[in-house]
Amino acid sequence: MDVTVAEYIRRTVLKIPRDEIKTMLQKWGFLSETQLQTVNFHQIKENISQDVVQLCEENSADIKQAAVLDIIYNHIYPNKRVWSVYQMNKTGEETEFFDLTDFKKKFKRQLRSALKNVTINFREYEDNAVWIRIAWGTPYTKPNQYKTSYVVYHSQTPYVFISVSVLKSNLPLLCQALVVASNYHDIREMELRSHSLNSLKDIVFKRYSQNFQTYYPRPLQERNVAPESGDLRIIQENRNEKERIQRVNQEVFGDGPQPKLEFAQYKLETMFKSDPKMGVLDEKEPFRCLVKFSSPHLLESLKSLAPAGMADAPLSPLLTCIPQKARNYFKIREKKGFFPGSFVSP
Amino acid sequence: HLATSLPLPSERDHLRPRIDLIAFMIDIKSKYSLKNVEASLAHVDASFFLGKVCFLVTGVGRVNYCSVEMNSIWKLGEVYCSPVLFCELELEGIRVATAQRLLRMLQICAGHIPGVSALSFGSLMRNSADN
Repeated sequence: MDVTVAEYIRRTVLKIPRDEIKTMLQKWGFLSETQLQTVNFHQIKENISQDVVQLCEENSADIKQAAVLDIIYNHIYPNKRVWSVYQMNKTGEETEFFDLTDFKKKFKRQLRSALKNVTINFREYEDNAVWIRIAWGTPYTKPNQYKTSYVVYHSQTPYVFISVSVLKSNLPLLCQALVVASNYHDIREMELRSHSLNSLKDIVFKRYSQNFQTYYPRPLQERNVAPESGDLRIIQENRNEKERIQRVNQEVFGDGPQPKLEFAQYKLETMFKSDPKMGVLDEKEPFRCLVKFSSPHLLESLKSLAPAGMADAPLSPLLTCIPQKARNYFKIREKKGFFPGSFVSP
Repeated sequence: HLATSLPLPSERDHLRPRIDLIAFMIDIKSKYSLKNVEASLAHVDASFFLGKVCFLVTGVGRVNYCSVEMNSIWKLGEVYCSPVLFCELELEGIRVATAQRLLRMLQICAGHIPGVSALSFGSLMRNSADN
């Protein structure tokens, strides 16, 4: 077995939490059950990985099998990578039947015609998700198995989730291969990025709980009864305001859990509005400014701002539109024409 | 009665009993909390400042997260002639002790302790803090 493959397998196994190693190897299916019985999964990971490599040596593993193990690892732990969402467009209404074999063939051919040194692996999962792992090389060097990009394509949708990692220069190549293989016309990057792949899917597939705009802003009678939990001797003077905030929050964010995003970034290209007497920035140039919100769970923290008394309700629509607009990177420019102010670019 | 700021909502005026003590809570971790208290103080009738107002500073256990300067708090106490109490709500023992102190002050302010008026108690607390 190739020494680089052995090392790659060893490092992949080391990434897996010790309690999960056995299950993941079983999912991989490359080592037989009897072989797995010979490994002591309670020893330190360093030793486990050595034993596994030894067994792979016996079975003469090659890079293709090692790559499959890597895909399985990333499928179970997708949140270690940053994913961007892309949307493909078709001209016309042809609803073509998706042929997986055809897709794989076209993808490999398109990619390899531009760059010979690539390792490409596919794995299909439930809900029509196709996972593609690509290890990039250069025209002169073999593919670097540690510099991989991942693509998750749901064949019944125009959406592709890409985790590029280091080599951004290969992105146009990757996008083109996807478009050609899937019989679409073009592809564009939606300004939506996160570590949580499932949350990104929730947002674009509209699987999160959405607020429904009610015609009458008054709450329904049933909802208004908040149980008076706690000491009846404590009287909340601002109960009406608190209830209003809860109601507004619920209208905006809905009832269920929010998709998990880590950032929201607003690039401002607006004019600096200052007291004319101050004379700051006399040249009428847009003031460049970047505002970035970060949080382990951005949308949940925005949802809890008003009830915690840290912000007024309703929050700025620039913050609350994130799931509906399916983007968390915005460019804000001056609104030209009648009304001064700013607007969000499409 | 708990309120997030003053003035109190007028729709509940008829339901409210006499107010004997106002405790302004300042979270030392939040500059906003201090600003809110300063803004609310403007809505308090001057007669309350004769011993019926106190400042309760919370969150003092977490030294790393102090956002409010101690000078501003001392100044507040001086300007409004009212005592400043410190506590840490996260520790049950301190929470209970603070509640007992406030309750004692409230009894005095409500006139339940014969011989001690709110004003005399207030000046007693201020004098002992000044040394």
